[in-house]
Amino acid sequence: MTVTIAKERWSGRCLEAVLGTGSRQVKVGGEATLPFLHFEGEILNPPVVALEVFDASPQEWPDFLCAAYEGVLDDPAAWAKKCVEYGADLVALRLTRIHPDGENASPEEAARVAAAVAAAVDVPLIVLGCGVGEKDAAVLPEVANALAGKNCLLGLATQENYKSIVAGCIANGHAVIASSPLDINLAKQLNILITEMNLDPDRIIIDPSIGALGYGIEYAYSIIERVRTGALMGDKMLAMPVILLVGQEVWKTKEAKTPDAPEWGEQKKRAVLWEVATAVALIHAGGHIAVVRHPESLKHIKAHITKMMQPQQY
Amino acid sequence: MALTGLEIYKLLPRTNCKECGQPTCLAFAMQLAAGKVSLEKCPHVSEQAKEALGAASRPPIALVKIGAGERVLEIGNETVLFRHEKRFEHPAGIAIKVADNLSAAELASRVETINRLCFDRVGRTHCVDLVAVENVSGDPAVFAAAVKAVKEKTELGMILISEEPEAVAAALAAVAAQRPLIYAATAANYEKMVALAKQHDVPLAVKGENLAELAQLVEKVVAAGAKELVLDTGARKMNQVLADQTQLRRQALKRFRPFGYPSIVFATDPDPVRRVTEAAVSLAKYAGIVVLDTVDPAEILPLITLRLNIYTDPQKPIAVEPKIYEIGAVTPQSPVFVTTNFSLTYFCVAGDVEASRVPAYILTVDTDGTSVLTAWAAGKFTPEKIAAALNESGIGDRVGHRKVIIPGGVAVLSGKLQELSGWEVLVGPRESAGIPAFLKQFWT
Repeated sequence: MTVTIAKERWSGRCLEAVLGTGSRQVKVGGEATLPFLHFEGEILNPPVVALEVFDASPQEWPDFLCAAYEGVLDDPAAWAKKCVEYGADLVALRLTRIHPDGENASPEEAARVAAAVAAAVDVPLIVLGCGVGEKDAAVLPEVANALAGKNCLLGLATQENYKSIVAGCIANGHAVIASSPLDINLAKQLNILITEMNLDPDRIIIDPSIGALGYGIEYAYSIIERVRTGALMGDKMLAMPVILLVGQEVWKTKEAKTPDAPEWGEQKKRAVLWEVATAVALIHAGGHIAVVRHPESLKHIKAHITKMMQPQQY
Repeated sequence: MALTGLEIYKLLPRTNCKECGQPTCLAFAMQLAAGKVSLEKCPHVSEQAKEALGAASRPPIALVKIGAGERVLEIGNETVLFRHEKRFEHPAGIAIKVADNLSAAELASRVETINRLCFDRVGRTHCVDLVAVENVSGDPAVFAAAVKAVKEKTELGMILISEEPEAVAAALAAVAAQRPLIYAATAANYEKMVALAKQHDVPLAVKGENLAELAQLVEKVVAAGAKELVLDTGARKMNQVLADQTQLRRQALKRFRPFGYPSIVFATDPDPVRRVTEAAVSLAKYAGIVVLDTVDPAEILPLITLRLNIYTDPQKPIAVEPKIYEIGAVTPQSPVFVTTNFSLTYFCVAGDVEASRVPAYILTVDTDGTSVLTAWAAGKFTPEKIAAALNESGIGDRVGHRKVIIPGGVAVLSGKLQELSGWEVLVGPRESAGIPAFLKQFWT
């Protein structure tokens, strides 16, 4: 009996999104097949990896994670440069200081920090708010303004606060992260609402609100698989690339935070593996942009992607 | 392909007698199609229908058992490409390599370490499944001695890695009753390997250089009489492994019989992160057995966890019993936390309460195993339900105070809950990780 390679004939494909400007521009998406199945469809771009930068020295990071950024933790622009030296495809600036329960920094202040970081690096910039919907809706349009024309990725826009953020992106030429709580219908609905404001569909990136390995990763895994198959079957409102906020989930797990333990092994090795395994599993589900924190995680994820981008022999 | 509910329905007696426990024959047919009940439940089904359904309902991927006794590993019987289509049935086996040229002491210590690769995950213990003894020495006597020594040290099932029939025969003499997996039959040795597998009634791995050669070899092996098979496509580079595993699963589901068996994948890269990464991808993408060459718990823990996650039934949230749980040496002054009975939620809260070193009660409310915010959004975590749990669980008799701590994510419930229950409601942190700090500040 001869073996005939089983190939799916997909009718749709993922949208391709372009972030940043100039020589370090990043393109994601555009696949006409499931992750890394080169034998049945074109894969235009590899998944990419971003490193996170905080606007203030992070308080709860383990020492060995802080050590990777020694000397730059108080200077977001220098920190961002370090990320690029480590090989990050993009830099993700997290605006922690704007949190209303914390420093409650003003939109103008946040915009100044974002502009300084954008000026320091030539890779595309992702700017993440503090997670409080109202405050992000006030701050991100100001950031969008300060970064006009730099083609950044701003978020998170949710069903409650997307309007001002999307308006800021349209006016200043940015892309937006549309965030929904682990629900494919809500993800689709938010994409529809955003495109109804006349932002082009290829300016939207889906955030499915992932959980880390051991903390609900399987929900995100299946949602992302359904987003990808939806796109390949021709659903235009599920064809957007997917962002994975891996670092923020992984570094609050017990497995990453517990010191060396005989039954769990060395902490640093375990924590980096937790970050790599979470990112890689979700990239294989169909994720496009993985945002991680440890430079070693970045290195290993990128090496894996390079290997997976080699076509198969059939 | 498997039959649909309607196709099965046409073969049933259509009496709607309800004796199968289902309200109608159509409902029974739907349950059969979903694999949730067996045909024997229907007492009136005709022999003819049984035959037709039996043949069609034969699993596209055979079930293979490795090992004996309590620690037997069952793999195969899978029916879907994506876990959200139904579920992944039998968690992949994780095997750890042991070379036969180790000294007796090294070998004993390695096997003992493998035995200890067990981890508590959401209240249950999950372990590695197999010890893969490799004939590195090339000497049948050394191999047989090592296999025997491993058997004496562990209850786990074994894989005998050697392409020399002579070495496998020597090893099988000592451990055939443990039903090890023979690895592997190749184009060069398959006749002798099949004879050994038949003689000892043990499962046999079949290794091809590529998919086409594998399919031909499987046909020869099956014709020679071997039944329980595990497939190795020969791919060792990860991009090819992913494609081959996808092909095996897809073609098996399309009823291409030579590929209707579980598979084995080797993730033995010398770089630790790389081998864990490759093993992780294989666990998510259809492998039946993943073989690793490490005993470091930091490498095995993420893989055990990923396997548990991926093989969780998406239709069935894992729940704990809704009741009062005691953490530490509780007293009538201990704080009372309320949360849902979703096991992931409960074990997060329990772990963080434990970390605070303050003995406490956790009262889990029955939310059908959904998380705090999911249950809240679905109206399953309401002030009424929490008040009822507080009053009916008997927690009031166990503590002297009347203070209850609710999750920060559902702070809006506090007013109504206070009114309904008569308990003073404290709003805790949004994340359970904040519990130790919260207790330090608000509970003395």
